[in-house]
Amino acid sequence: MSKKILIAAIVLLPLLGMAQTDIDAIMMEKKALCVGPMYSYSSWKNYWEGTLKRDNENLGTVSTQMIGVMGTYGVSKKLNVLFGAPYVITKASAGTLHGQKGIQDLSLFVKYVPYRKKLGDGIFTLFAIGGFSTPLTNYVADFLPMSIGLHTSNLLARGMVDYQVNNLFVTGSATYVYRSNIKIDRTSYYTTEMHYTDEVEMPDMATFNLRLGYRSYHLIAEAVLNNMTTLGGFDITRNNMPFPSNRMNATTAGVNVKYTPAFVPQLSIVGGGNYVLKGRNVGQALTVDAAIFYAFSLAHKEKKLTNNNQTK
Amino acid sequence: MKKLFFSLTTVVATLVIVIVACSKSVSGRTDEAPALNPATIDVNAGDWKPVLLAAPTDITVAAPIATNTPEYIAQINEIKAWQHNISDEDKAIVKYWSAGAVLRWNEILRELVAKHNLPPYQNDDGTYPIPSAANPLAYPQFPFANPPYAARAYAYVSAAQYDALVTTWYYKRLYNRKSPYAVDSSVNVMIPRSDLPSYPSEDAAVEGAAVETLKLLFPGDQDFIQQKAEEHKRARIIAGANVRSDIDAGEALGKAVAQKFVARARGDRAGAAVGTPAGWAQLETDCIAKGEMPWYSLELPKRPPMLPVFGKVKAFLFDSLTAISLRPGPPPSTSSQQMKDETEEIYNYTKNDTREHYRIVHFWADGVGTYTPSGHWDAIAAEDFIKENYSEVRWARNLALLNMSLMDAAIVCWDTKNFYFNPRPSQMNPAIKTLTGVPNFPAYISGHSTFSGAAATVLGHLLPSNADKYTAMAREASLSRMYAGIHYRSDCEKGLEVGTNVGNYAVQRAQTDGAE
Repeated sequence: MSKKILIAAIVLLPLLGMAQTDIDAIMMEKKALCVGPMYSYSSWKNYWEGTLKRDNENLGTVSTQMIGVMGTYGVSKKLNVLFGAPYVITKASAGTLHGQKGIQDLSLFVKYVPYRKKLGDGIFTLFAIGGFSTPLTNYVADFLPMSIGLHTSNLLARGMVDYQVNNLFVTGSATYVYRSNIKIDRTSYYTTEMHYTDEVEMPDMATFNLRLGYRSYHLIAEAVLNNMTTLGGFDITRNNMPFPSNRMNATTAGVNVKYTPAFVPQLSIVGGGNYVLKGRNVGQALTVDAAIFYAFSLAHKEKKLTNNNQTK
Repeated sequence: MKKLFFSLTTVVATLVIVIVACSKSVSGRTDEAPALNPATIDVNAGDWKPVLLAAPTDITVAAPIATNTPEYIAQINEIKAWQHNISDEDKAIVKYWSAGAVLRWNEILRELVAKHNLPPYQNDDGTYPIPSAANPLAYPQFPFANPPYAARAYAYVSAAQYDALVTTWYYKRLYNRKSPYAVDSSVNVMIPRSDLPSYPSEDAAVEGAAVETLKLLFPGDQDFIQQKAEEHKRARIIAGANVRSDIDAGEALGKAVAQKFVARARGDRAGAAVGTPAGWAQLETDCIAKGEMPWYSLELPKRPPMLPVFGKVKAFLFDSLTAISLRPGPPPSTSSQQMKDETEEIYNYTKNDTREHYRIVHFWADGVGTYTPSGHWDAIAAEDFIKENYSEVRWARNLALLNMSLMDAAIVCWDTKNFYFNPRPSQMNPAIKTLTGVPNFPAYISGHSTFSGAAATVLGHLLPSNADKYTAMAREASLSRMYAGIHYRSDCEKGLEVGTNVGNYAVQRAQTDGAE
């Protein structure tokens, strides 16, 4: 659900991937509510210290589990509201560092279709998406790579286009994420220079996302390429600890599948995985995730909801 | 299409508003520190007792040129020329440096320590490279400014600056040359006026002492240090506080004093503090011979203990026999019930890792990539000293007292650690997961507790109205190491006690140095 936001909250943390999210080209029907639990598991052994790839025997493999609730509500066919909030658990397999756990950030998105038109043999759709996320608890951000998040509040703006011919589609999007500064527990810190303050200036981020695949009534299968770039920040110096305002970049490739059984069309089962191909100040994470959604129609007397994957 | 255009415009406009409205630039706590405006100029500080010099006259400072000579007038004109063409950057550096020379150089030193407080990455064969002062820019860069190294660096810079300023004050009184603005009333003054004679320049003496000691301590950062030094000297001329000859004399004096400290540092045994493989093995053997379980490194690959021979470094406040006499009795035996109980206590703390514990642990952690516990206590002191309107010489004296006590605390602490070679809690019980990194040296006694005990004692003497606050901070710093899961109660309680004993030597010095 809150894929991009969660990615923004990740360093040496995992990259969460979900199918029906703020970043795909799927809209809910009017007054339809689709909610469900999600789970993801992400782990890495290698990470990039700046641009240098290395492992760390004092961390071993760092894993992150997320258990969350996500949902989408169709205000109208053209306007959906999405929300999500995960509980996150981190652990290192070696060394002495204490794992962290807790409720992370609340994410809210508005997804709007301002334009849709038949174009050639297919349908062209344009989306405008706005998002907001904010920490729900006072978790520790400055304890990377064990932290469950970076504790920024984010504002996100995304433009997205989708083109579908028969059952084949391509979706592309570009996102700008504004991130608030954060406060840490110490009174000074060193980046590339000294800062005599507990406030950390957090650089903004940009992401680009490309999805290709098959989309039908019962099945969506897609390949996803994602690039996340931090617009500023600094590299982890040699053998140093990571820091929230590092320049965290990652290019990931993944696949997602969403299945809607014919006998229970309100239900959808989602699964996926992705892997960091190239990164900077992030872990080379392999992430797998799964979710189950159930769609309710909140409209009285309206006809039975038949397909929560509907794009038209 | 219109709708599309509208919504995109709205998104972009909202974003622009948000970005403009939420400027992210962060300012530091001392950025707006007021210009130094001493409550007293400490006119007789030339009589205060220096640390290393026998007397201010150990350093020769020539009489200044008369203020009616063409050369002096040319120097006044240099000030006027700077002021005539003053830029915003010039104004910014005047504002920055006018907060105090000792304050700013202490902040710069803390920055250098934080930059260099990084443990070297291992070699392919699992050994660790040792930074070389002869080749400071090659990896691993010199120095590894770990807590003992940093404590010593703060002490040398502070003590050298103090002796330089005692000497400066001696010659100020002797030559009594007026400040440029007292000689020529048309000089614009950008700092608070003072009756203190301006020759030699106290700012340049502080700068010269810093530059000269930092050549030894941070040899790979000379470009940064020289740039700060040039900026500092220029700020004083732009501000109308000093003419060029005040600056030159002060800088030469500062460097001459610092050279005596550098000579001391070269012979204080810190160069051998890293020890040898044979010496590291001996520490373990000696511990086993006493029937105790020895410390071993919890890092992979196992890293040699941090500066295990630092306990042999020559202290500032007492001789080597006194240093050994300050070593406390042994920790609970590793096979005792008490050790078992204390390990259990720490395990329970780490299982109950509350947010408040993280706050305390991380506030005091001062670990990798930070200015270390000594730097933290300097920061605490500096922020309180700013409120006291000290003269530069009193600033230097008080920081020197603090930093000499911190270095000597490190010496006694490291002697104790490596004498007993006691394991960390996570070695006794691997189920103990820590809220910060485990320092790579033996547990008993806690360094944070020893540093904090010394600092609170010295600062409590210097600022009695804050004494309770400092004691409470030291207790919290000490306790933070138990919450973190990296020290037992015995380490912390004994560390505070030993630190207090060390701090009392600085208090004794403070009571007899002529400044109180």
